[in-house]
Amino acid sequence: MIESLVPAGSTYAWEIDYLFTMMFVVVGFWFFACEGMFFWLIWKFRAKDGQRAQHITGDEKHLHRWISIPHMLVLICDIFILVGAVKVWYDIKQDLPPAEKIVRVIGQQWTWTFVHPGSDGVLDTADDIYKVNELHLQKDVLYHYKLEAVDVLHDFSVPIFRLKQDAIPGRVITGWFEPTLAGEFDIQCAEICGIGHGLMAARVFVEGADEHTAWMDFETPLALAANSLLPPRSGEE
Amino acid sequence: MAESITTEAPAGEEEHHGHGQPSFWSKYVFSTDHKMIAMQYMFTGIAMAMIGGFMAYAFRMQLAFPGIDVPGFGIVTPANYNALVTNHGAIMIFWVAMPVLIAAFGNFLIPLMCGCDDMVFPKVNRLSYQIFLLSSVVLLSSFFVEGGGFGGAWTAYPPLSAKAEYSLTPLGSTIWLVAVALEFVAFLLGGINFITTAMNSRAPGMKLYDIPIVVWMIVIASILFLVSVGPLIAGAIMLLFDQNLGTAFFDPARGGDPILWQHLFWFFGHPEVYVVLLPALGITAEIITVFSRKKLFGYRTVLHTTIATGVLSFTVWAHHQFIAGVDPRMAHVFTLTTLLISVPIAEMMFCYIATLYGGAIKLTTPMLWGLSFIAEFLIGGVTGIFLGASGADVYFHDTYFVLAHFHYTFYPIAIIGTFAGLTFWFPKMFGRMMNERLGKIHFWGSIIPFNFIFIPLFVLGMGGQHRRIYDYSNFPELALPWMQDVRVLATSALLVMLSFQLVFIYNFIVSLRSGPKAEKNPWKSNTLEWTTDSPPPHGNWKELPTVYRGPYEYSLPDREDDYWPQDQPS
Repeated sequence: MIESLVPAGSTYAWEIDYLFTMMFVVVGFWFFACEGMFFWLIWKFRAKDGQRAQHITGDEKHLHRWISIPHMLVLICDIFILVGAVKVWYDIKQDLPPAEKIVRVIGQQWTWTFVHPGSDGVLDTADDIYKVNELHLQKDVLYHYKLEAVDVLHDFSVPIFRLKQDAIPGRVITGWFEPTLAGEFDIQCAEICGIGHGLMAARVFVEGADEHTAWMDFETPLALAANSLLPPRSGEE
Repeated sequence: MAESITTEAPAGEEEHHGHGQPSFWSKYVFSTDHKMIAMQYMFTGIAMAMIGGFMAYAFRMQLAFPGIDVPGFGIVTPANYNALVTNHGAIMIFWVAMPVLIAAFGNFLIPLMCGCDDMVFPKVNRLSYQIFLLSSVVLLSSFFVEGGGFGGAWTAYPPLSAKAEYSLTPLGSTIWLVAVALEFVAFLLGGINFITTAMNSRAPGMKLYDIPIVVWMIVIASILFLVSVGPLIAGAIMLLFDQNLGTAFFDPARGGDPILWQHLFWFFGHPEVYVVLLPALGITAEIITVFSRKKLFGYRTVLHTTIATGVLSFTVWAHHQFIAGVDPRMAHVFTLTTLLISVPIAEMMFCYIATLYGGAIKLTTPMLWGLSFIAEFLIGGVTGIFLGASGADVYFHDTYFVLAHFHYTFYPIAIIGTFAGLTFWFPKMFGRMMNERLGKIHFWGSIIPFNFIFIPLFVLGMGGQHRRIYDYSNFPELALPWMQDVRVLATSALLVMLSFQLVFIYNFIVSLRSGPKAEKNPWKSNTLEWTTDSPPPHGNWKELPTVYRGPYEYSLPDREDDYWPQDQPS
């Protein structure tokens, strides 16, 4: 259901969409069963002249079944949802498949800085490509991101990847994604970070291999020149 | 309690307009009477609700028509916008839901339903309100200092809230924090009173299982509050020190940790949801039993599930922090506990729905509010499951899906619960009946637009729209024309809903002045508050009642009347 509004652009996006649809069906069933029962009872037992209400305590065993059986059924549904949620979570956040490339993402009031490895494919070398509010990725390549924040909390959110992760000053958080859809998409900051929070928009460019290489070939000499003017990044291992 | 039980309740004083001995000041301002303190809380809460509603109006107008000069407010700058959403949230939870549901109904109902003449500590009670009033004034003053009101969201996550150079509200954030801390002090004092009064000064004969559910719910809510608020008060003081004294509890550069605040905040913040939910559920229980003439289905089940919910509510806090950067393995535990808490709540809802079975349901205004609480809260409940499931929360965290979800819990709690209680106990509070016709117009005029505000916001959330953005035109995928249309729809519905509140205000004032006089027990209810005059005199009863049975003995087959008040001997 989500993919009808936001295209699924990473290898795990469909997992979240599938989980959502599954939960929507399970939860939707209970919701409509409860509301249906509720409105039916209101209509069925509306006050009529000369007709008294019944005296039912609900404490007797044969009556309490009406509560205890749905109770067990809800518990069973919960188990399904739990298994699905844990599985999806494990795949996205806990399991870290080996990286083909690594990018560094740095949030600060109120821009994103993306550090791409240059032609050598390794971060923290002289040909690193620094871009503000522009993330360039190669389609079908498994990326790790190293997420940092300079000042306050930010949140690196890429809706088409179904990716969201808080950035915390003083920590480097590692996660992964693998883009599967070429194109240009939104990156948002999803954690309030001050008055410029509404301006903290960036774009992700997912490119085919040739296009990405062309971009890198264009940027690398510029990066080499620019980085030679910068002092080495302090506090870096 | 009670220096005097009967002496201050002369026969003539049930006439509310009578000019008795007490001066204006001692009667309305410095009163220790629980009913007057309840009214003070109620009217302060309603005044704050109007302010909070006005804030919603201002920022929803900005979202629907970015850059517009909002009539009555002006241009909503990014700083304004952040301060408005922050304080809208804080006000609606801490200064509306808490004072109205816990303090106003707790103060009014606990002594009356337990059959005693006042709270156990009347002066502590008065102090509680005075501190609360002070906290409201302090909060509102934060808008008028240099830099304006605090805009770091009602969750106040550091480092944004801890350093003025990040938040750009050097005074606003400190004043906001002081106001919140004062508010907590007020409710700690109030909570001590509620628990002690309900446990120690019930009418003779009222056993624990004879206590009306609403009183139980308020007592359990007070216990939850007392137990959960400690860590947050500690956190608030640490944050205050970080802001003003140069400490580094939450500053990672000097060895602190911003995540610590999130744990302290949500360890309080999640039980807090139940603190305000329970009284609203209790009010609903009283109303649906009276107007369906039915015994509450499974009184003990409801009570036990309430206690279970209360205990479990302390184990779910970190589902607010799935993607906050804590260890990913932790999410499994909190998904499990979050799904578990759905079980007692679902069971409680089943009991409420089953109560309707075999009833003789009369759709009066309070009953409409009570029933709509169940219908709407269900939406809030089931959508919470999507967010409590860690895998789905990766996408939904901090989107409008979250926002719509918690408005489907907090609107039923704070707005529906309040109107349900107010229309139900209005005759007892003020000795007059409200106009039913206007009451129903107001009901439908509030409920229908409410759904038109928040159902569309679920869709926006699914479309990836995240929260606390003053203008979506900076995000191409959120600036699509259909999304803007949905925002305009939600804002229009809000305007309709707000304008229908005038019907309520009119009904309230006219009924207060010239509604038909209410008899002692206009709804033919069983609980003790309906056995005294409307409104009850100082001291509540001329002679305190004795209790013979539980509160929900309706429609017994062998009795002529379809109700059996708790104080009538067999």
